[in-house]
Amino acid sequence: MVGSDTGTDAEFAVELTGITKRFPGVVANSDIHLSVRRGEVHALCGENGAGKSTLMKILYGMQQPDEGTIAVDGKPVRFRSPSDAIRAGIGMVHQHFMLADNLTVLENVVLGAEAMHGIGAKARKRIAELSRTVGLDVGHDVLVERLGVADRQRVEILKVLYRGARTVILDEPTAVLVPQEVEELFETVRNMRSEGFTFLFISHKLDEVRAIADSITVIRRGTSVGTADPHTVTTRQLAEMMVGSELPTPSTTDSTVTDREVLRVSGLQLPGEAGGRALLADVDLVVRAGEVLGIAGVEGNGQTELVETIMGMRRAASGTITLSGTDISRATTLQRREAGIGYIPEDRTRHGLLATQPLWVNRILGHQSRPPVSRGGPLGLLDRAAARRDTERIVREFDVRTPGVDVPAAALSGGNQQKLVVGRELSGDPVLLIASHPTRGVDVGAQAGIWAELRRARAAGLAVLLISADLDELIGLSDTIKVMLRGRLVADADPATVTPEELGSAMTGAGGQPGGAGAPPEPPPDPHPDDGVDDGAGGGRHRAADGTGGTQEPRTGESTA
Amino acid sequence: MTRVRTVLLPPALAIVFAALLCAVALLISGDSPLTALRVMITQVGEGTTAIDILNSGAIYYIAGLAVAIGFQMKLFNIGIEGQYRLAACVAAIVGGTLVLPPVLHTIVILLVAMVVGAAWAGIAALLKAFRGVSEVISTIMLNFLATGLIAFLIRPDSFGVLRGNNISTDPIPPSGQFPGISFGSSGTLFGMVFVAALLGLGYAFLLDRTRFGFELKASGESDTAATAGGVNARRMTIIALLMSGAVAGLVGLPELVGRDFAYTLTSPQGYGFTGIAVALLGRNHPFGIALGALLWAFLDKSALALDNVGVPREIVLIMQGSVVLSVVVAYEIVRRYELAAEQRRVAAQLRAASAAPAEEVKA
Repeated sequence: MVGSDTGTDAEFAVELTGITKRFPGVVANSDIHLSVRRGEVHALCGENGAGKSTLMKILYGMQQPDEGTIAVDGKPVRFRSPSDAIRAGIGMVHQHFMLADNLTVLENVVLGAEAMHGIGAKARKRIAELSRTVGLDVGHDVLVERLGVADRQRVEILKVLYRGARTVILDEPTAVLVPQEVEELFETVRNMRSEGFTFLFISHKLDEVRAIADSITVIRRGTSVGTADPHTVTTRQLAEMMVGSELPTPSTTDSTVTDREVLRVSGLQLPGEAGGRALLADVDLVVRAGEVLGIAGVEGNGQTELVETIMGMRRAASGTITLSGTDISRATTLQRREAGIGYIPEDRTRHGLLATQPLWVNRILGHQSRPPVSRGGPLGLLDRAAARRDTERIVREFDVRTPGVDVPAAALSGGNQQKLVVGRELSGDPVLLIASHPTRGVDVGAQAGIWAELRRARAAGLAVLLISADLDELIGLSDTIKVMLRGRLVADADPATVTPEELGSAMTGAGGQPGGAGAPPEPPPDPHPDDGVDDGAGGGRHRAADGTGGTQEPRTGESTA
Repeated sequence: MTRVRTVLLPPALAIVFAALLCAVALLISGDSPLTALRVMITQVGEGTTAIDILNSGAIYYIAGLAVAIGFQMKLFNIGIEGQYRLAACVAAIVGGTLVLPPVLHTIVILLVAMVVGAAWAGIAALLKAFRGVSEVISTIMLNFLATGLIAFLIRPDSFGVLRGNNISTDPIPPSGQFPGISFGSSGTLFGMVFVAALLGLGYAFLLDRTRFGFELKASGESDTAATAGGVNARRMTIIALLMSGAVAGLVGLPELVGRDFAYTLTSPQGYGFTGIAVALLGRNHPFGIALGALLWAFLDKSALALDNVGVPREIVLIMQGSVVLSVVVAYEIVRRYELAAEQRRVAAQLRAASAAPAEEVKA
């Protein structure tokens, strides 16, 4: 699967030595060592907040290190800005695309680099050459807004190459792709590698890292904890290097599904704007007490709209929504919440939290009309003491790492913010929980905690509607899976038998009915169960990398729940 | 400690900065900043200045509160000006026409003013909620409409009477007047000063203790999060603007029921815009707005005193402008600094707290 290693005597394309970066009060990077050989795909793994982004910003010249040196092609360099890095042949493809939708491919590529080949025939010729390299098949005069996500990504890579990069940093490039597109991207990366390009591949999707990388550097709590050989290391071992402890899995064991219907959605229709394609068409679904119904789908296929329609934030054109036998199709969002719907929104900063308000004020949001935070009455008096007490309970029970309930929500890390939201939405005995990407952007420790809470609530008879882009999470937690495509529920899948690949093809509309292949739900058996992490494969650091943390001093303390 | 710093440091910095700026301006124009400062401070004890400051401060305070209610949910009610003038005019007409027992008469006048203010703001509220018209635009336009409407209402053919070369409404009889507290030669404190204080208390209570206040603040902080939390954004927009307008309706009343007893063509204007500055100074905080209103009134009075000693009174305008600007800037700087500090503090505490247990997990 992985191409042959480039010669071991090859010089390093990029070498970072002893990089330390301190922000006031926080050490983001501490003594990081990273050596990338010419012509290899080097993966950088680490949890959210481990310091990957800071390191890449340093390498790309967006920030200057306090200590340590950067060498490119063996020569020490100092980058004061990204343009210095680009001049040295380093390019970065950001996770969030930086393209102008209303410009063509050509215009996007040339924008800001007009001095290189002008904007005319010469530029066009150069782009045509590079398009072959990155596998971009579309015309250069097509507007970027017409391109799919995978092609946009290729345009981003094209932009970087056009500016003369030989080393390309890919920041979480697969986060936005479905499995099939990931495979195509990898094909491109392999081809480019054989043409001599060097890649720094940032990801926390470890299966992908193992599939594409020639060597791996793992970062934990701001420092490099070791390197690993993707041929011999297992995903689990890698993950344990990342977290420094035993890993949780999302799988639920016994079925707790009852026959009591909690949510019934039937014939839900939501027209698109200005006569466009319907956002939701004939959506029918039932969630029972103790059941987790998972919705799989590529983002933008109506999952967000479905959730917001069930929450009453959008009005359906027709169809009914019934909660425990009561028709709530016409109810307001607050009435639906009062009727017992909890809602973990997909974007906690936009929809879940009041960033500058203290935690206990955030506890009130969505519960402002109900005890314990409300005393009721015509004035709708709030019980501030009770809100504080109940926030303290959530902090305790859901392991929110915070010095107190008076700090503003923005001061917490993403994982702890999410735990607070989950705790709040599970307060007040909901009968239905709508969980939209409940562990997106949180670290592994918090993820395990959230999974545990969801499982506990399910066992207690909660009905859960789960939307997630993480197919392992979806398969692991759900009792039933439905696939959503272009606003319709197009297929059912049995989480006991379906594989992520089958789900992926159903999500893109490519494959047929998933779930019949009978593949085992467990991850593929580990070919090298005894083989430890190969330290030093990248010629880097000799550090304890046995997955137990060794002598690393714990900094953030994100241990498993 | 941190809180005190966050709250008090920015305005203190801003006032010092504005004072320095004015000192420079005075030096350039050839006047002594120290003389100016001495005059500004000593004037407070002279004549009716202290009471005047309180009276004007109360008016500015009510205007500031009206603006702040909108600001809480990021609504910029520029229309306080039109709302209070129209409300005062209609209240004067109604008060001068009705015959009612004392107290009740005054209360009716206050209520009429509030209803008119709310109704005038309500036009902007409905436009905003149902047609998406920016309240900034609509309230500015409504200010012009109010001017025209007032001119029509107090024409002698309508409800006005010609007195000398001024036109005014029928005077409000004593039963509708709001008695003040007389301090002899030091002046008379408007009774409405206490109403203003009560409004401030009500505002503080509403904001901190009630569901409505929470929903107001939540909508202002993040309308998306508020919507997801079950707050009806459209309803909140309407209610917030109506309340802002109702409070605005009271701005003109301290003078109407406490001193002038009639609305005239020459009744004072501009309080609505002062209210915006005062709300900015006070950062929408009930106590902060009070301080801002008093500071503004103090500076206003200083203009007269400075004029008497030959210092250009325009220096006060420079002072007022620079105070507002520097307060806005200073708060933003301190806010960013405090948030970053808070994040560092949380991270540091967590590191310290988790060092020991995390080590055990690994062992």
